[in-house]
Amino acid sequence: MQNGRPVSADENLLLRVTGVAKRFGSVIALRAAGLELHAGEIHALMGANGAGKSTLVKVITGEFPADAGELAVAGAVSVFRSPAEARRAGIVSVYQDPALVPDLTIAQNMRLARVPLEAVRDVMRELGIERLDLTRRAREIDYPHLRLIDLSRALASKPRILILDEITAALPADLSERVFAVVRDWRRRGHSVIFISHRMAEVAALADRATILRDGVTVGVTSTRDAEEKIVDMMLGAEVAKAAAEAPPRAAAGIIRGAAPALEVRDLGFGHTLSGVSFRLGVGEILGVAALEGQGQQELFDCIAGVRRAASGEILANGRALELRHPADAIRAGLVLVPANRLHALLPQRSIRENVALSSFATFRAWGPITMRAERKRVENAVERLSIDRRASAEVRRLSGGNQQKVVIARWLASGFRTLLCFDPTRGIDIGTKRQIYALLREIAAQGASVLLFTSELPEIRLACDRAIVLFAGRITAEMPAAEADEAHLLRAAHGLTAAEPAEAPA
Amino acid sequence: MSKALALLRGHTILALVLLLAVFVLGIEIARPGTVTPLWVSNALLFAAPLAILGAGQTLVMLTGGIDLSVASVATGSAYILATNAASGDGFALALALVLGLAVGIVNGLGVAVLRVQPLVMTLGTGLMVGGAMTVYSQYMLASQPHVPAMIQTLGAGKLIGLIPVDLFLWAAIAALMLFTLHRTGFGRLLYAVGDNREACHLAGIRVWRVLFLDYVLCALLAAIAGLVLVGGTNAADLSLADVYLLPSVACVIIGGTSIFGGRGGYAGTIVGALILTVLTSILTLLDVPEPVKQILYGAIILSLAAAYARLTA
Repeated sequence: MQNGRPVSADENLLLRVTGVAKRFGSVIALRAAGLELHAGEIHALMGANGAGKSTLVKVITGEFPADAGELAVAGAVSVFRSPAEARRAGIVSVYQDPALVPDLTIAQNMRLARVPLEAVRDVMRELGIERLDLTRRAREIDYPHLRLIDLSRALASKPRILILDEITAALPADLSERVFAVVRDWRRRGHSVIFISHRMAEVAALADRATILRDGVTVGVTSTRDAEEKIVDMMLGAEVAKAAAEAPPRAAAGIIRGAAPALEVRDLGFGHTLSGVSFRLGVGEILGVAALEGQGQQELFDCIAGVRRAASGEILANGRALELRHPADAIRAGLVLVPANRLHALLPQRSIRENVALSSFATFRAWGPITMRAERKRVENAVERLSIDRRASAEVRRLSGGNQQKVVIARWLASGFRTLLCFDPTRGIDIGTKRQIYALLREIAAQGASVLLFTSELPEIRLACDRAIVLFAGRITAEMPAAEADEAHLLRAAHGLTAAEPAEAPA
Repeated sequence: MSKALALLRGHTILALVLLLAVFVLGIEIARPGTVTPLWVSNALLFAAPLAILGAGQTLVMLTGGIDLSVASVATGSAYILATNAASGDGFALALALVLGLAVGIVNGLGVAVLRVQPLVMTLGTGLMVGGAMTVYSQYMLASQPHVPAMIQTLGAGKLIGLIPVDLFLWAAIAALMLFTLHRTGFGRLLYAVGDNREACHLAGIRVWRVLFLDYVLCALLAAIAGLVLVGGTNAADLSLADVYLLPSVACVIIGGTSIFGGRGGYAGTIVGALILTVLTSILTLLDVPEPVKQILYGAIILSLAAAYARLTA
């Protein structure tokens, strides 16, 4: 299955991209990016956030014109002026965000893209989502399924080169597996796939080779077998990799016993999605929440953060019962949220500084003159602590995803908090930034704050948390110390299987 | 060339000032000897009420809203002032501002609390205020409206025959606006709410409070602009400020404030108001027939907006 198959040079070369450069205003996205894709190959494109992966893909598909560089398909130099031209040449991509019109039904969306519905149904059957009602509007369908529909649409047009940009970023493990099966099948039929992912395990299992980008330059091509450390080194550059590899300080000792828990949830209920949820989060503790997609974790975080109102139950912070009608109530009690979609929390057209300072203006008292120097100092402390890249600081929409996520966290570092509610903070973020964020969470906990962390990447629970709870169908099905929270154990519980195995239940 | 473009992109206000200079130069070339200190003084005098209306409009447009009731409020405040002047200047002035306050509160409640679309809400209140003024005028036929001397000085007076008095009011309002927008928490929140209301909510901000105060301030500024206007014309009629409604929006757009909110500021609006005033002055000077004037006016606003979109894309 892994592939070390020798490739006779040129006749097997399906796509060859060389020397691509692209700049947006003063921001250089690509300097000298290249990629060679063989026929019948799954090729991973890897790099830290902001390395230029998405830009390179968009140059290949004709979304952006390149400033320099050459693109050859099957030996013939080609210039695509639009995605439609690339599609005619057999290059189709599935982007990070679902490309469906929310108010149209799935069937209408397919018609809009001139994709035969039958072909889409065939792919959906392979993906195991054939029961999805095509007359439902796109906005009524959850994000993971939208991604699969996007994929189905792309495959239905039978592309020679399929480009998948972070398709598994928000997919639960079971759906990811189905995607991989379909992608492997695509390779078996002699087609090629460019696969962008931050998940090293996926890349190792799926891809034959990987091209690594750093700062807009292709820094290496490698077989993916046993190359994890090599790839990380290339992505980060030797110096940074060394620093990031130093293990995050495992706390455990940081938890303060005896005191009232930082956060206590008693018998929380919300509609049909949550019922009887109770847990405690100690002071200085990081509590992981693991769940498959849509098991009530979103509602749980929203209720604690005051975004939605719980139907029943109690939420206590430091022993005091809270009445949460507005996020402001939660924030006053020290509970702050880093939401799933960072764009929901950001002011895209405003500067890093204004974004970080935003929450300080919540009270009437702060509506008056701003003490500019104090504000600058507070913001800069937070920005430096998170080492946010300030090259495009005038508008946060120009920052990479990882830096945007850091800006959201920096806001709370600047304003102060007791409990950080982190919902999938590393979704779609490169491994270097990911390690920085987890190291930061440990540091926060060591300093006496607490963290409630949901992550869709199960292996991270063990790395980042002291303890984990697992949600299944709106209930807590398992609780375990981090040491026992390996992927297998978590996955079983996440599928609701723990109850049947009392021998494995933690003490 | 590209360097110059980059500079303008970074400092769009510079581009606007340049454009204003081109217009002034254009007048001087078309009719040599026109641009005199007196002409400049008059341009400032006429630009002031528009710029004060534009100040309110800037405040609401920064949050992604709009206020279509400003013209009715300005007219109403002017009319109330004139018809109550007999009972004392101070009383009349207070009453005029109370009208602004009241309409502002209604707009604020509608937009901020009941979440009515700003365009719909203010269109409605604007029409209602206009109608109410007509009814009111029929009760006021007996007393002869007159504009207090103080207000006449404000709207038409000039210090040493050259410096318009309303320029002082405008300058004070401008200083306050610039300070509020860039150096206060409330100013930051206006940009923030316009850029992403949901993010403000998540950051613990009670967005309705920001919007409520915003619409109240806008209506108050409109009432003040009405006073300046009626001081200038010395005659309160019920269509006094009608012609200012769309220019009050146009000067904000020309000034570079995004109609979707979150971007822009008052400095641009100031230059925008000056550009529109000079433009009117050019068209009048050239004795262009009214319909052609309107066509030119519209075309220039459109091309400015298009150029702006290019610059800031």
